[in-house]
Amino acid sequence: MQIQFTINGKSQSVDVDGKTPLLWVVRDVLNLKGTKFGCGKAACGACTLHVDGEAVRSCSYPIKFAEGKKITTIEGLGEGDNLHSVQQAWKEEIVPQCGYCQPGFMMATAALLEKIPNPTDEDIDNNIVNICRCATYYRMRKAIHRAAEINGAT
Amino acid sequence: MRNKYFILIMSLIVGIVLGFTYASSDTHTNDTTTPRNNHTTTQENDPFDKMMQVLTHKRCVNCHPAGDRPRQGEDSHYHNFGVQRGKDNHGVAALRCESCHHEENNEYSGVPGAPEWSLAPLAMQWEGLSRVEIAESMLDRKRNGNRSLEQIVEHLTEHELVLWAWEPGVDSEGNPREAPPVPKDEYIAAVKEWAESGAVIPKE
Ligand code: FES
Ligand code: FES
Repeated sequence: MQIQFTINGKSQSVDVDGKTPLLWVVRDVLNLKGTKFGCGKAACGACTLHVDGEAVRSCSYPIKFAEGKKITTIEGLGEGDNLHSVQQAWKEEIVPQCGYCQPGFMMATAALLEKIPNPTDEDIDNNIVNICRCATYYRMRKAIHRAAEINGAT
Repeated sequence: MRNKYFILIMSLIVGIVLGFTYASSDTHTNDTTTPRNNHTTTQENDPFDKMMQVLTHKRCVNCHPAGDRPRQGEDSHYHNFGVQRGKDNHGVAALRCESCHHEENNEYSGVPGAPEWSLAPLAMQWEGLSRVEIAESMLDRKRNGNRSLEQIVEHLTEHELVLWAWEPGVDSEGNPREAPPVPKDEYIAAVKEWAESGAVIPKE
């Protein structure tokens, strides 16, 4: 089926089975490899991206529901010299270990800061429940607070 | 000859005694099962019972929890990842129901879905309530979202999220989820019958 949506600001149309997970459209059809596959069961958060500004686990999102929506992946969050505050904070705090889980965490964090600009540790615990096998949680927490600071929310 | 009679009479007596023992052991068996069977038989046609067999099922109660944490699974454990109710019953800022649950079951990830996937408001908590208490809560406008009986019946018999219980899909291992113990059409008929006959709540 033909599905039309906007991804990282560009209009896009794909012709795939409507049940195809958004994750695979993003990675395999659109060749945006920043969004990762971890579990395929909506459990780890590696595949998190934004659909109309909300954090969504794309492995569990049938592409047919993307019709007319605005999708943002880690590539659309910011790149190069134009980093999003979350990416900037992540760099400053040198968060990643292997890095695999990090795009998902950054996307979840960006969504969180849109709604809770200056989250407490408890807000972070309640909202950012992705899994990092390298256990970079401690540095992520610092980076989340740092991103809020960069945004001038503190 | 006398001996023959004696043997005949004795075997009759033994037969009667044995027969009685069996009969009484049957009765005994029935003693334990009969009330239950009778209970089921009487209640099989009792619309309140039928309705409540469904409403107390985990497919309903998991999302009518007491407190701010949904439950999940056949054992009704707290929802993984510390998922919380949030202000609008749809989760918190970056961990919404819609982060994973959509309008239909996802057969690949095993994430269940239906339109308006969310928790019932806290006032409509059923977890830990008896059948009678659930019914009282359903009919109490202070707790039921100010719904009339007609609207309650509508919710119970037409709301897609409620009817999802009969098409609960598969879990993350690909195993089918358990549907409520009463077939959907029988449940719908029972809810309507119960409401039409005055929505009487039996005594505990
Ligand atoms: S790959 Fe989507 S949550 Fe793990
Ligand atoms: S940095 Fe390795 S899994 Fe998170």
